[in-house]
Amino acid sequence: MKKIADFFKGIGNDLKEIGVTFKEGDWKTRISFLIMGFGPLLRKYFVRGIAFLAIEVLYIYYMVVSGSKFLAKFNTLGTEGTHMDPKTFLTVYGDNSFLILLYGLMAILITLLFIVVWRMNIRENRKEELAAKEGKAVPTVKQDLYSLLDEKFHATLLTLPTTGIATFMILPIIFMICVAFTNYDYNHQAPAKLFTWVGLENFKNLFSFGSAGFGGTFFRVLGWTLVWAFFATFLNYFLGMGVAILINKKGVKFKKLWRTILVMSIAIPQFVSLLYVSKLFANDGLINSYLMKWGWIDSAIPFWTDPMLARVTIIIINCWIGIPYLMLISTGILMNIPEDLYESARIDGANAWQMFRKITLPYMLFVTGPYLLTQFTGNLNNFNVIFLLSGGGPQSMSLSGSAGSTDLLITWLYKMTVNDTNYSMAAVIGIMVFVVTAVISLIVYGMLPSVKDEEGFQ
Amino acid sequence: MAKQKEKKLHKQHNALSNGIAYVVLILISIVWLAPFVMIVLQSFRSYNEGGGGMVEYLLPKTFSLDSYKWLFSSESQFFKWYGNTFIIAFFITLGQTAMVLMVSYALSRMRFKGRELWMRVCLILGMFPGFLTMICLYFLLKNFGLTQAGAIPGLILIGVASSGMGYYVCKGFFDTIPKSLDEAARIDGASRARIFFTLTIPLSKPIIIYTALTAFMAPWCDYIFASYVAFGYSDSYNVAVALFRWVKTNDYQGYFTRFCAGGVLIAVPITILFMCLQKYYVEGVTGGAVKG
Repeated sequence: MKKIADFFKGIGNDLKEIGVTFKEGDWKTRISFLIMGFGPLLRKYFVRGIAFLAIEVLYIYYMVVSGSKFLAKFNTLGTEGTHMDPKTFLTVYGDNSFLILLYGLMAILITLLFIVVWRMNIRENRKEELAAKEGKAVPTVKQDLYSLLDEKFHATLLTLPTTGIATFMILPIIFMICVAFTNYDYNHQAPAKLFTWVGLENFKNLFSFGSAGFGGTFFRVLGWTLVWAFFATFLNYFLGMGVAILINKKGVKFKKLWRTILVMSIAIPQFVSLLYVSKLFANDGLINSYLMKWGWIDSAIPFWTDPMLARVTIIIINCWIGIPYLMLISTGILMNIPEDLYESARIDGANAWQMFRKITLPYMLFVTGPYLLTQFTGNLNNFNVIFLLSGGGPQSMSLSGSAGSTDLLITWLYKMTVNDTNYSMAAVIGIMVFVVTAVISLIVYGMLPSVKDEEGFQ
Repeated sequence: MAKQKEKKLHKQHNALSNGIAYVVLILISIVWLAPFVMIVLQSFRSYNEGGGGMVEYLLPKTFSLDSYKWLFSSESQFFKWYGNTFIIAFFITLGQTAMVLMVSYALSRMRFKGRELWMRVCLILGMFPGFLTMICLYFLLKNFGLTQAGAIPGLILIGVASSGMGYYVCKGFFDTIPKSLDEAARIDGASRARIFFTLTIPLSKPIIIYTALTAFMAPWCDYIFASYVAFGYSDSYNVAVALFRWVKTNDYQGYFTRFCAGGVLIAVPITILFMCLQKYYVEGVTGGAVKG
């Protein structure tokens, strides 16, 4: 709450400063409010002046040529669809809702950016005026450029990453959030057809339990996603810890060999190993073939075709993926536990299990708490394992939106996008994934012992 | 006497528990190695047995190089795809390492307005599922002509562009480098940029190798986005897309041993690379987990 208050206070102060600049400024400064760089140019700071002026010219040019066209149609996302001219029988290309939405958003972002530059222009004028009043010199362009390698080096370093994130992360995410409020789906494919804003329609659809609604499917998929994330995180955690303890056990030799064997499964690309394993467990795969050959079973075990069995198989095979990581991590941490803790426990007559429960486990949980949280949220979105092993299947008649019994929200989202081209529902599911992740992170983060009590084990 | 007996008992107990430990470890090793041994074995199966499809036995009756020969022959584009993947992985490694180092240094060493905001925005963006933005990214790339025929530079661009968000492990490492080193250098008149290039980077060899290694390995597994961007244009496939199609298309029966052989050819160099740099990987993973 305080953060939000600070934010608005910051904006308030900024506006006040702009006002003061205008009130106390001379005519050069005041004209700079309209024509950027006017003040610096007249004060003979040419590089700065030209830079500001060029940005303004470019912005106006962009808005006139491209931006304004898309912004004007932004509230309807286009009114004229692609159709055939009845007289000439030629195709008339109408509005492209997709591009209107995308470039409209881009125009809004560029405008926001322009406002920031405009603000810099005001500040520059203020700085120059104050400097002139006090008879001091404004730092030269050369000094400014040097500061970009020194006290403002962060600006140099972060420019490229920030631009990348803004263009290829923030813009697409805002775009998809917008799509969640449109009817962009199979029947409204751009560029042939238009799509438009539908408000909360898609969200209503997600929570409606009728035969056409996605409600039933959504909660079943969400349920399995949570169950999966729970098992995938904690089963791997405890088994990995167990293997680490086993390898670290006094008297066990070839420690490096055991570790290397486990680590190999990290090195080999997952799509090779997991695709192979999925074939291994197929109805006509090697495991079923051998079990039948030896006469242990009469018909193939339906590892991937029985919903319940498919889930169990996935969780177990995921141990094969996850244990090596946890083994590596716990090995490092286990070695950090002070030996004298165990020594004194042994003198008090504690057995191995008691020592594990009272010393090892609390220490591990304390140190790896934040890691467990990121693991859990990572597993909520663990696309590879599910997709490569079962592909989300087996399909189920009782689920809508072509979801299968082992589909996580993220694989369901993928199917919606690629198979069903139901982009608006996919966007809604994406937002729900975000909500689930954010809620769990917020709740658990506050409960972590290492956050509550940073000194706990020191 | 009694003491000696107790000691002997203790020793016996130890031997027994060690024995159990060995049995468990050997079982674990078998389970972990089995799939790899199986892939290798099946990649050497002759076409005369089951036409290169799935069969119900493991050991090939006749060993042959049929599948490998096919991969090397002009009939398959395997080495084109292999080259594609290598190029993608190489440039993503360069770009991503540079991005991560830049972001980590700025966030770890410098204090500036908007630093907290920057990190918070990254945290929030990270909570959105990656594939959500797939179609939008596709159209952005299409605008630049970076899909289908231009898919390779497109995939590199996407792989590098937002990689600055993965700064956590590297920043954690930078935080452990004493700040007094920086301050001493600054008193001597070194600029921030100089400190970054001549002090921090040479000290960060382990974390640079870790970042580069993870960046290099990821593109070999990228099926989803790569198949979406290269859609229908087989010259732009990477190995994951190609091999996935071999396994999942309906005629996978014929392609099963080819898939195994291709898998071996991909896995062997990467595994060797990984094993050589294992030390740095372990450091990075454990460091990242503890500092969270």
